[in-house]
Amino acid sequence: MTSDDAVDPVTEAPVVEITGATVRFAGTLALDHVDFRVHAGEVHSLMGENGAGKSTLIRALTGARPLDEGVIRIHGKVARFARPRDAQRAGIAAVYQEIDLLPNLSVAENVLLGREPRRFGAIDWPRMRREAGAVLAGLGIDIDPASALGSHSVAVQQLVAIARAISREVSVLVLDEPTSSLDLEEVAELFRVIRELKDRGVAIVFISHFLDQVYEICDRITVLRNGSLVGEFRTEELLRIDLVQKMLGRGAEQLVERPRPEVDAEPRRAVLRARGLASRRLRPTDVVIGEGEVLGLAGLLGSGRTALARLLSGVDRPAHGRLELDAREVRLGDPRRATRLGVVYSSENRRSEGIIDQLSVAANITLALQAQRGAWRPLRKARRDELVASWIEALDIRPRRPELPVGVLSGGNQQKVLLARLLALAPRVIVLDEPTRGIDVGAKVELQNLVSGLADNGMSVVFVSGELEEVVRVSDQIAILRDGAVVDVVPGSQVTVDTLLAVVGQPDEG
Amino acid sequence: MTDTPVALGARPSLRERADRFRARRASWIPVSAAVGILVVMFAVGQAYFGNFLTPRVLSSLLLDNAYLIVLAVGMTFVILTGGIDLSVGSVMAFTGILCARMLSEGAPTGVVIPLVIVLGALMGLATGVLVQVFEVQPFIASLAAMFAARGLAFVVSLSSIKLEDPFVLALQSTRLAGGGWYLTPTGIIAIATVVIAALVLHFTRFGRTVYAVGGSEQSARLMGLATARTKVLAYVISGTCAGIAGVLFTAYSGAGYPLNGIGTELDTIAAVVIGGTLLTGGTGYVLGSMIGVFVYGTIKVLISFLGAEQSWTRITIGALLLVFVVVQRVIVARSSRS
Repeated sequence: MTSDDAVDPVTEAPVVEITGATVRFAGTLALDHVDFRVHAGEVHSLMGENGAGKSTLIRALTGARPLDEGVIRIHGKVARFARPRDAQRAGIAAVYQEIDLLPNLSVAENVLLGREPRRFGAIDWPRMRREAGAVLAGLGIDIDPASALGSHSVAVQQLVAIARAISREVSVLVLDEPTSSLDLEEVAELFRVIRELKDRGVAIVFISHFLDQVYEICDRITVLRNGSLVGEFRTEELLRIDLVQKMLGRGAEQLVERPRPEVDAEPRRAVLRARGLASRRLRPTDVVIGEGEVLGLAGLLGSGRTALARLLSGVDRPAHGRLELDAREVRLGDPRRATRLGVVYSSENRRSEGIIDQLSVAANITLALQAQRGAWRPLRKARRDELVASWIEALDIRPRRPELPVGVLSGGNQQKVLLARLLALAPRVIVLDEPTRGIDVGAKVELQNLVSGLADNGMSVVFVSGELEEVVRVSDQIAILRDGAVVDVVPGSQVTVDTLLAVVGQPDEG
Repeated sequence: MTDTPVALGARPSLRERADRFRARRASWIPVSAAVGILVVMFAVGQAYFGNFLTPRVLSSLLLDNAYLIVLAVGMTFVILTGGIDLSVGSVMAFTGILCARMLSEGAPTGVVIPLVIVLGALMGLATGVLVQVFEVQPFIASLAAMFAARGLAFVVSLSSIKLEDPFVLALQSTRLAGGGWYLTPTGIIAIATVVIAALVLHFTRFGRTVYAVGGSEQSARLMGLATARTKVLAYVISGTCAGIAGVLFTAYSGAGYPLNGIGTELDTIAAVVIGGTLLTGGTGYVLGSMIGVFVYGTIKVLISFLGAEQSWTRITIGALLLVFVVVQRVIVARSSRS
């Protein structure tokens, strides 16, 4: 299947060619006529922010979800993958960030289970260890095949996953965020293995949100944004800043800037102050949020923007540092307590950490309020209906039917329900992590206006978004994050998307 | 688990060998802990009573607990997949009383014994299908099977039925003796069950899939293993073992009785856990479960030697179980951290 000759990735016919890939999720286009191709012996990076369609494309390629429209060709022949097994048979293997292996079994079994060597119907253990050892040795990995997989580091487990993937005939290897839990040395080891496979003529699709790694290992880059193809580029011909700009996009949405007070107006009273907050994903950070101020957190995926948002809202426990509300220290890592003090958090994972699909709009809105009152002081029905009606009105939640299960609402309206739930608590500080992700443009604008309105009424808002325009539009102050650290804090009125891009996309010095 | 070393260029140092041993054999630690406890109990019993470690006492340990060993083997399969089977005590009672009733009415032994074992397997199949196809929690599915089997036992007979079949009685009374030691056919059946189960678990793809499902069902499925079939089969094996245990227990007590085996499912689970099988699935050995049964049996013997009430058996088992579950938590927590 693979060719030993040196191949020129551009002239040779691609191993995988996807044309017109389209996938619809609940009425929205997750993939919109995307073309994608990979050649033998190249490392090809698939880039894009959350919701760009990377995982949807990978799921189609690995047979996890069929395309609604479009064609996948493998070695020029049209392929239809109904199940992952079909894709595996066609020589496509994938290794994911969460390692899909079995830590309770031996390394050898993890490499060969499902097609283990047998003799007289019984598993031939010595041969199994030899064969697994040979595959591992081929990748230059020196571990005992009989040892339990769980006794090895995550990095080694990752390499074992790759060994499993290539232990059968494989022409395409998909690596989805393989480096996110590895340290530098381990990444180097992984890259050595990737180069080894590349030399054997395997086509490699590499997904990572670390730009340095993409530039180190990849030959070409395909950029997706909002389910559409932005383009395919040769890595050496694409400047980092251009890549970042292509990933984040420059939406043509024409929007009114919200009037902002002069920068050198008297400093606002500080409400929330972080002193040296740090966690595994974030270097020590100081930020201040004033009364009625919107603090935007800008940065790429993996820059630490979510980590900082969660620390600021008291949801996660930091490794170091403290958080002060009105100059009084807040105990961190206890969302209940933070909520009582008036700091609320809206997660970026709307579905898993936010709304409860099966419950009604009304129940979702009053959930947090009721929880705060305690089970012994139920809201009276009349009071509850009035409250719900007023929030539906205020946030313009559609359809205006409080009894509907939230699951049937559109993404934008679900987000508003979530917002109503938090606002019903009358918080002083509200932390919104990607509130506009996956919702349509109109709803985005509405939500942005809503945020501005809250701030005008004296509420302090932390606004996290991967879309720089949005951050620039709503924020009074913008904290720019890169590689787990705040690199700068600038007033919103003094930056444009371009100046932000320059900071966000800059490679690490030294 | 053969000890074939991998081919290595240089002779590994002692330290390397110790590390390799640990990396390969970590899952045997809980089993060795159970063996350790058993040895300590033997030693204490011997030191205290002087006549504890006799061939007679040790032989009776196997005889008295043969049915429990067979149940524990079946239970180990289910727990390894991450499930639980609460029905084994009732299924044992049902198959036992049915066996006694049919034999007392003159049905041929060669038909009755296979029939009741197949019935046990069918009860297991029902539980397995509930768990796998209808996605019922194993706890609830096997609880339903437990009530059903107990009810069926009462349908067969409301009172005790004495066993007169010479073949079944011979399972218990035949003694291969030598120097004070003896072995009954029931004991041989129990040991054979352990050996066969150990071979199946270690040397067949089905056996390895049992471990894989317990490790991570999702991963096992992605690896293309037959997870659905394996899970159902684990319950079928447990049911089959309960059927065999029904025959053994009837032979052991010389009668069938519909109230037999109440709480036995819990004794079985206790023995399996004490034998080092993780309740979360994926780690454990049938050999460990057998050791667990011996620990259980030895506590019983020690307490009868002391002349104390047998309720102390339950208290001691409870305490031991607690210790083992805590030890397991620590092991799991440590391995997930590393």
